[in-house]
Amino acid sequence: MSDTVQQRDRTDPASVEMRERAKTEGIATIWDRYAALGSQCRVGELGICCTICHLGPCNLGLPGSKRPQIGVCGANIDTVAARRLARDMAAGSAAHSDHGRSVAQLLLMTARGQAPGYSIKGEGKLRALAVELGVALVGRSAAEIAEEVAQVCLAQFGQQDGELAFVHRAPAKQQEIWRKLGVVPRGVDREIVDVMHRTNMGVDTDYQSLIMGGIRSALADGWGGSMVATDLQDVLFGTPTPVRAQVNLGVLRADQVNVLVHGHEPMLAEAIVDAAADPALLERAKELGASGINVAGICCTANEVLMRRGVPIAGNFLQQELAMITGAVDAFLVDVQCIMPGLVEAASCFHSEIIATSEKARIPGTRHMPFHEDRAAASAREIVGRAVENFARRDRSRVVIPDHKMDVVAGFTTESITYMLGGTFRGGWRPLNDAIISGRIRGVVGVVGCDSPKHIQDQCHLDLVTELLRHDVLVVQTGCSAIACGKVGLLQPEAAFKYAGKGLQEICETVGIPPALHAGSCVDNSRILTACIEMVKEGGIGRDFSELPVAAAAPGWWSEKAITIGFYAVASGILTVLGSSLNILGSDAVTRFVTGEIEGVTGGRFAFESDPVKGARLIVAHLNKKREALKLRPMMYEVVPVGA
Amino acid sequence: MSRIIATAAIKGAHKYVAEAEAKLVEAVESKGAGHRLEFPNTAFNLPLILALTGIKVKTLEEAWEPLRIARNLLPPVPTDRMWLPYLGAALDAGTATLMAQEIIEALRYANGAPHNGIYLGFTDDAILRTQGIKLVDGRMPGFAACVGAMPTTEAAVKLARELQERNILVFLASSTNGRSMAEQLAEAGVEMSWDTYLVPYGKDTSAAVLALNFAARAAMTFGGIAPGDLARGRQILLYNKERVFAFVLALGEVDDEKYATAAGAINFGFPVIADTDIPQILPTGICTYEHVVSNVPHDRMVAKAVEVRGLKLKITKIPIPVSYSAAFEGERVRKEQLHVEFGRQVSPAFEFLRGRELHEVEDGRIEVVGPDMDTVEPGGVMPLGILIDVAGRKLQKDFEPILERQIHRLINGAMGVMHIGQRDMPWIRVSKDAVAAGFRLRHFGEILHAKYLEEFPALVDKVAVTIYSEPDQILRIIEEARKVWDERDARVAGMTDETVDVFYSCTLCQSYAPNHVCVISPERLGLCGAYNWLDGKASYEINSAGPNQPIEKGACLDANLGMYEGINAFVYNKTNKTVDQVSLYSMIHSPMTSCGCFECIMGLVPEANGVIIVNREFSGMTPLGMTFSTLAGLVGGGIQTPGFLGVGRLYMASRKFIPADGGLQRLVWMPKELKDALREKLDIRAKDIGDEGFVDKIADETVATTVEELLAHLERVGHPALRMPALL
Repeated sequence: MSDTVQQRDRTDPASVEMRERAKTEGIATIWDRYAALGSQCRVGELGICCTICHLGPCNLGLPGSKRPQIGVCGANIDTVAARRLARDMAAGSAAHSDHGRSVAQLLLMTARGQAPGYSIKGEGKLRALAVELGVALVGRSAAEIAEEVAQVCLAQFGQQDGELAFVHRAPAKQQEIWRKLGVVPRGVDREIVDVMHRTNMGVDTDYQSLIMGGIRSALADGWGGSMVATDLQDVLFGTPTPVRAQVNLGVLRADQVNVLVHGHEPMLAEAIVDAAADPALLERAKELGASGINVAGICCTANEVLMRRGVPIAGNFLQQELAMITGAVDAFLVDVQCIMPGLVEAASCFHSEIIATSEKARIPGTRHMPFHEDRAAASAREIVGRAVENFARRDRSRVVIPDHKMDVVAGFTTESITYMLGGTFRGGWRPLNDAIISGRIRGVVGVVGCDSPKHIQDQCHLDLVTELLRHDVLVVQTGCSAIACGKVGLLQPEAAFKYAGKGLQEICETVGIPPALHAGSCVDNSRILTACIEMVKEGGIGRDFSELPVAAAAPGWWSEKAITIGFYAVASGILTVLGSSLNILGSDAVTRFVTGEIEGVTGGRFAFESDPVKGARLIVAHLNKKREALKLRPMMYEVVPVGA
Repeated sequence: MSRIIATAAIKGAHKYVAEAEAKLVEAVESKGAGHRLEFPNTAFNLPLILALTGIKVKTLEEAWEPLRIARNLLPPVPTDRMWLPYLGAALDAGTATLMAQEIIEALRYANGAPHNGIYLGFTDDAILRTQGIKLVDGRMPGFAACVGAMPTTEAAVKLARELQERNILVFLASSTNGRSMAEQLAEAGVEMSWDTYLVPYGKDTSAAVLALNFAARAAMTFGGIAPGDLARGRQILLYNKERVFAFVLALGEVDDEKYATAAGAINFGFPVIADTDIPQILPTGICTYEHVVSNVPHDRMVAKAVEVRGLKLKITKIPIPVSYSAAFEGERVRKEQLHVEFGRQVSPAFEFLRGRELHEVEDGRIEVVGPDMDTVEPGGVMPLGILIDVAGRKLQKDFEPILERQIHRLINGAMGVMHIGQRDMPWIRVSKDAVAAGFRLRHFGEILHAKYLEEFPALVDKVAVTIYSEPDQILRIIEEARKVWDERDARVAGMTDETVDVFYSCTLCQSYAPNHVCVISPERLGLCGAYNWLDGKASYEINSAGPNQPIEKGACLDANLGMYEGINAFVYNKTNKTVDQVSLYSMIHSPMTSCGCFECIMGLVPEANGVIIVNREFSGMTPLGMTFSTLAGLVGGGIQTPGFLGVGRLYMASRKFIPADGGLQRLVWMPKELKDALREKLDIRAKDIGDEGFVDKIADETVATTVEELLAHLERVGHPALRMPALL
């Protein structure tokens, strides 16, 4: 790697500092491993290698090449690519949905008094959900209502027939489309099993049918598992409201015990935040020379506790090892998803202890301390206690914490947006819809997803988002993308004056919001769906998602979960721009279908664009097209050339 | 910057709530907790608190609960950087302010020290009933809450007069630098009372709440919204936003207290127009249009307020020298009466209406380019071009041809003026009498300006008219206009029930007929006669959450009955699941429900194998043995009554007049007056169906008021209904 490339690779100064340190100390990070692998598997990238059965693996040739384009069983490239894609969707759906299941189970335990330490903090949301799910309210305590709501939600997973309850939140027109296509999910688990079955050797070989099967499992995530996760987390831990916090490695404290929470579920992290305030533990920390106990997060667990508790975020996915390399992490808790096995090596260079807390995720080289919800407070105290004791082992001379952190405002949910747009009495979405109709805001775009070592760190998110803001697009964010933008100050209200077009600026100024709204973790993409529902309900900008001037983008995606999210967005009528293509380019038919023909079916489609600025312009053109179809006014502050 | 306003409003709210708490403690101490806390002569307790919270405060003690709610609503003051969203917070500060202010104002009465002198204090329910209704039904275009004072007495008088001239009710409260506008008016000897529409409430800013508790009572009284919980409070506020066209004029310096009060007013959808250079809040949403507009010069304040609040001013009398009435619409100007004529292929002429941007149109500007009509000898011919520029926030291209089509009717209303044709083929005649009375070219403009504003208030905010009488100019504009007309024709060509995908609902009357839904199609207008399909479309454009919603027709279940899947589903949902199917083209099979506003009622006469129709104005007996009012009792209220149907008058002339039951030829009886009024249209329709002269076969009250007489008449004239298939 030449120096100039290294310079280009490193934009976030905190990360630059830690990567330099890793180099000096000889600690390998994700970038080193990526570089070491050299070129990655081209066949896998094109989606033309089938490993589903042991007649193969069949590594097919591209059309035009001399290698056959048919596998041993006779499956062609389209089948092979579509099967892979459908399985990706099912895998992503499984991850999100299983998270949702854990939350539902915790709610059930809480309602039954089996999870001391947890309570129902969002009773308002519980009641609203009960009404929606047909759970009786009258004469029942919150616990009784919660028990039944939890049961109804748990039943969504095992349900065999009918339709998932939250599908009925979607605009009627959208539901009709799904019904006609036969993709309304029956039960979350059922759809995932269905995909695993139909993608078996010798079952479904029609690429469209395979993709539709995959979409059904993706919808079971977006309008099922993820919604259960988000909504029940709100019931248990409270619906987030706007909150100030800080982001980036600089939130680690040299003078305090640092406990990092990483992964995706908030259940443990919430308990950890409580335990960190335990007087006995604080006392012990003081005895050992620490001025306090600092809890900070990585990835989506971080987003969860940021949204609800204002807990600082140390970094996004790519920064997990870098956080370790500060030498200041006393305990690094991980639960599920996006935990790099490479963390272990980084930890081994310091006193830091990685504690794996999920029964599902055993990671060699870490301490396995399964977290049990039935004794959450005690578990959490034990874990924080270990961290405090471990502080004594910290080599202070090896602590290097980059002095970079950024203020952010987060906590934007469908509920909190409703309030902030009108207060207790006049809350509602009219001001937002008006802003779109009048041409102050061009549209609303969700910029979400992962960050990948294949791109310049964070940069694709920043370039895409700033370009959108410049064009008066209100940006809604989740996941690692939100953290990336947080690090450069895009999640601050002041950012409107620096980055937003004049119309968007006026709206941000009127409401007092940042131009990019942090809506939470990756399962909280369900919040973006419910926000779109509100926009449709308020009226005037489209009767279903495909008519709304909205779009989605995942410029740095790499996870199966991102594929699932992308597909449920596309199936919900939303243009979704990916920063790198799906692994399907080997099949013209599959590529044409998901980037084109599917629009005539669901109203949404994928676009692949590796240049984030071009991606943003593609989105702007799409929003303009939607605005025109709705006969909305031209953008208020845009000079339209004469004759245009 | 809105943050400055939010900060000031929130600070002001904190002050008011603390002040109310302190004053309440004081009053409880001196009077005792059980002492009455009330305004004089009202059944609404403390009306604003009642409206927002449902709490009925009767004693000092009971005021603690709303004050506690107010305190809970108080948000923290926004920080200077990294602020959290403040719009919702500032609006909450506003409602907290109003609740606190209402307690402060009520305490004046409890303490025996109400407003006095020139100030009138609380408006009681008796005045509310007589005056408030005018606000709601549109007789008063709106009210202005003037807060503060003008720089001089003269300026104050001028502003008051300007508002009075427009029939805008004026409430006066608060002061600026120790002066109040009420004092300024008093000094100038201006009479202030409910009779003069100038109502001084008090000199404190808190007295402004009396204007808002007046508005809240208007919603509870005339809107029929019973207070209760937060949701009802919201409805009351929204009623005000939609129906009570009020605004705040902030005169002079705006302090925290005034900002807090303004934030309360904005909850009602009442915007603030300020004469000082305060920050503006231009994006819309809580109010219909802008929220705060500032730095407005005094001579433009009223006009600006009218624009920002969307007030619709009525021009009661059209300023032309001849009479104007719909009665003159059919009047002819014959050759011997003729002073001048335009068009009719003998001179170039056009009439062309085009939509412009708001800032491009100066409302009321009427310009005549070329010689006037008194320059020609009687019986002469002149070229004429009428170019109308209209602007409106809700105006769309689709509405331009609809508006242009009105020119014929509007101009015809002037006595001594005859109008035929449209676009580049108008034929207009003006009589000698009219010209002698002073009628000139500019009066075409006066008529159009006044009538467009009056009849299309939802669409048209500004109208300017240019009249041309020079052929070169006229020919030039005709060329441009023809291009536009061609485009318009292409757009609206052949709008029939079959060619559109959506019909429109009207649920305007669900307040008293909760299970009634009108379905309005291009060929069947609403039964009240006031809404056709384009009106429904326009209304939906204007208020997408309003009573007129697009209904996707969906699959056609029965083309003959006019029954559609989408319509049925919509009706079922919106009639509280009481009407599961409705046919648009039959009065027998699942006919549409009726609210009570129908212009006419149709009823089946089995003996005659036909139907009669009777209009609301006809008070006599029908061959059914029932008068209109008896029939109305049978048909209204949102139920399906096969054999009876409420309809709009013009429905009779539609291609889709009960086609499933046999169409127009089923019509056996109608009042003579109605027949005469619709004669021309019915004749055309009769000709279309190949039964010229049919209209004369329809009986009226001069030949039949009983079934026997009716049958005799039908036999005599050979009415086709007798030969048609049996209705039942």
